[in-house]
Amino acid sequence: MKYKKYAAYYLMLLPAIIFFIVFNYIPMSGIYYAFTRFSFTGGLFGSPFVGFENFKYLFKSGTLLRITRNTVLYNIAFISISNICQVLIAVMISRVAGRVFKRISQSLLLFPYFVSFVILRVLVYNLFNYEFGIVNGILRSGGLPPYDFYNKPFLWPALIVFFYLWKNIGYGTVIYLASITGIDPELYESAAMDGAGTFKQIRYITLPLIKPTFVILFLFSLGSILKGQFELFYQLIGSNGNLFSMTDIIDTFVYRSLTFDFDIGRSSAAGVYQSVFGFILIMAVNTIIKKRNPDYALF
Amino acid sequence: MKVKKSRDWYIFQAISITVLTLGALIAVFPFVVIISGSLSDNELIARTGYSILPKGLTTAAYRTILRIPQSLLTAYRVTIVNTVCGSLIGLLCMSMAGYALSRKDFRHRNVISFLIYFTTIFGGGLVPWYIMIANTLSLKDNLLALCLPLLMNPFMIFLMRTFIANNVPDSIIDSCRVDGAGEFTIFFRIVLPLIPSALATIGLFLGLMYWNDWYMSSMFISSPAKFELQFYLYNMLSGFEAFKQMNSAAIAESVAVPSETVKLAMAVFVTGPIILLYPFVQKYFIAGITIGAVKG
Repeated sequence: MKYKKYAAYYLMLLPAIIFFIVFNYIPMSGIYYAFTRFSFTGGLFGSPFVGFENFKYLFKSGTLLRITRNTVLYNIAFISISNICQVLIAVMISRVAGRVFKRISQSLLLFPYFVSFVILRVLVYNLFNYEFGIVNGILRSGGLPPYDFYNKPFLWPALIVFFYLWKNIGYGTVIYLASITGIDPELYESAAMDGAGTFKQIRYITLPLIKPTFVILFLFSLGSILKGQFELFYQLIGSNGNLFSMTDIIDTFVYRSLTFDFDIGRSSAAGVYQSVFGFILIMAVNTIIKKRNPDYALF
Repeated sequence: MKVKKSRDWYIFQAISITVLTLGALIAVFPFVVIISGSLSDNELIARTGYSILPKGLTTAAYRTILRIPQSLLTAYRVTIVNTVCGSLIGLLCMSMAGYALSRKDFRHRNVISFLIYFTTIFGGGLVPWYIMIANTLSLKDNLLALCLPLLMNPFMIFLMRTFIANNVPDSIIDSCRVDGAGEFTIFFRIVLPLIPSALATIGLFLGLMYWNDWYMSSMFISSPAKFELQFYLYNMLSGFEAFKQMNSAAIAESVAVPSETVKLAMAVFVTGPIILLYPFVQKYFIAGITIGAVKG
C-alpha cells in the first residue's frame, strides 16, 4: 500500500526530476569548463586544462572588479529605492479615498511588469534617440541643442534605476499591500479614538507592523545581489560599447563573451565566480535570518 | 470613519492622490507614446521627431505591415504554439509535482523540495546550460529549445504546492483512498477541480513568460522563420540600428528598412494581446504575487 502510494508520488514528480537533472544538475559539472581553454572539438574532457588562468586573466584585466562593482552597486540601488517606494505607495493605496481610484491606480502601476523588455527597449529608444527622440524633440522646440544620450555613460545608472522602478514598483506594492490589509482595523480605530491622526497612525501602527515583511524581502534580495537584471541591461544598453564602463554587469559580460566572442573559458569563469560567491552570500544571509527569526529562514 | 476627518486626513489624501496619479501616468505614458507614434506620419516624424500626440494622424504603418503580413504571422504562430504548448505541459508537470510535494504522508518531500530549491541558489552558470541544450541535446535551431528549458521553475512549483496545501483538505484525499481510488484518479478527478484559481494563476504566469520571451530565440534559433514574436521585433529594431551605424546614406536609400512608425506599429501588435487581456486576468496575477511572497 505504502509503496504503491510512493510509486505514484514519484511518477508524478518524474517530469520535474528529469527537468532539474537535465537543465540544472548535469550542467553543474560544466563548472570544469572554467578551468580549461575550451574547444568545441575537444568538448568537456578533450579541452586543455589551464587551472585558474581564466580567472587570473579576468582579475588582472580589471574586468572582474568592474562588473562586480557595477552589479553590486546597481542591486543596492534597486533594492533600497524600490522597497522604500513600494512601502510608501502601498501605504497610500491602502488609505486613499475612493475604491475606483484605488483599484485603477494599482492596476496601472502594476501594468509595466507584464510588458516585455523588448517593448521597454522600443520605449527608451524613442524617448532618447538623438534624431527623433521625444526628449530631444522637446529640447529642439525649446530652442536648445539636442543631447546625445547614447554617448553619455554617466547618465545611464540613473536611467536604468528609473526604468527598473518603472517596471517593478507595482509588483512589490502588491506584496506590501497584502501585508497592510492583514492589519487588524481595531488598532486604527482605537488609535483614532485616542486622537492619533492619519500620519501618526501610519507612523506608529502601519510601518511597525509591516517592518518584518520589509526586513525579510530586503534580506532575501541581498542574497541575490550578484545576480543581475540581465534583460533590463541588455535591452537598454545592448552592445553599445560606449556605455559599458558604467553599465556592464556580470550577466551581460557572460552573455557577450559566450555569444559574440565565443570565449567559453572566460565566460564560464565569470559565471562560476558569480555562482560561487552568490552561494556564499545566500548562505550568510540565511544564517543571519535564522538567528534573528528562524520562522523566516529560507531553509 | 466614525471620527471627524482631521486636517491630517486631508493632507494625506492630497499627497496620495497627487503621487498615485503621477505614478499611474508615468506607468502608462510610454504606451501612449508608442500608440500615438504608430499612428503618426513617418515623414513628419523623420523631420520633426516624436511627440505625445500623433502627428498627421494616419494608419499607414499598420497598412504597411498588413500588406505583407507573412513574417509577422509566422512569428505570431511560433509564439502562440510555444505559449499554449509550454503553458499546458508545464502546468500539468508542475501541478503534479506540487501535489506530490504537498502530501504530508510523502516522507521524501522535504529532501526533494530542497533539491529543487537548491537549483535557485547554486548553478553551473550560463555556459554549461547553453552547451547542454545546444550540443548535448542538439536542439540548436529547433523549436523545442524555445519550449523545454522554460517548462518548469522552482518558484511556480512551490507556489503550486502552497496553493494545494491550502485548498485541498487531507480528509478528502483519505476518504477517496478508502473508497479505493488510485493516486492518479484522485489527482485528476479530485485535486485539479479543487484548484481552478491556482491553475489560472500559474498558467497565466507561465503563459506570460513564454509570450514575452526573446532570450531563447536569441540563444538557440538561427532561422528567421522560427523567431518568437518578441525576438522578431527585437531583430527588426537592432537590425535597423546596426544598419544606421554603418552610416551609409547610399545603402540606406537603396534597401527598404522598416520606418520608425512601422516599428511602433509592430510593438503594438506584439503587446496588444497583453493590453487587451490585462483587465480580465490581473486579479489572478495579484493572487499569485501575494501567495508567492508568503513563502518564497
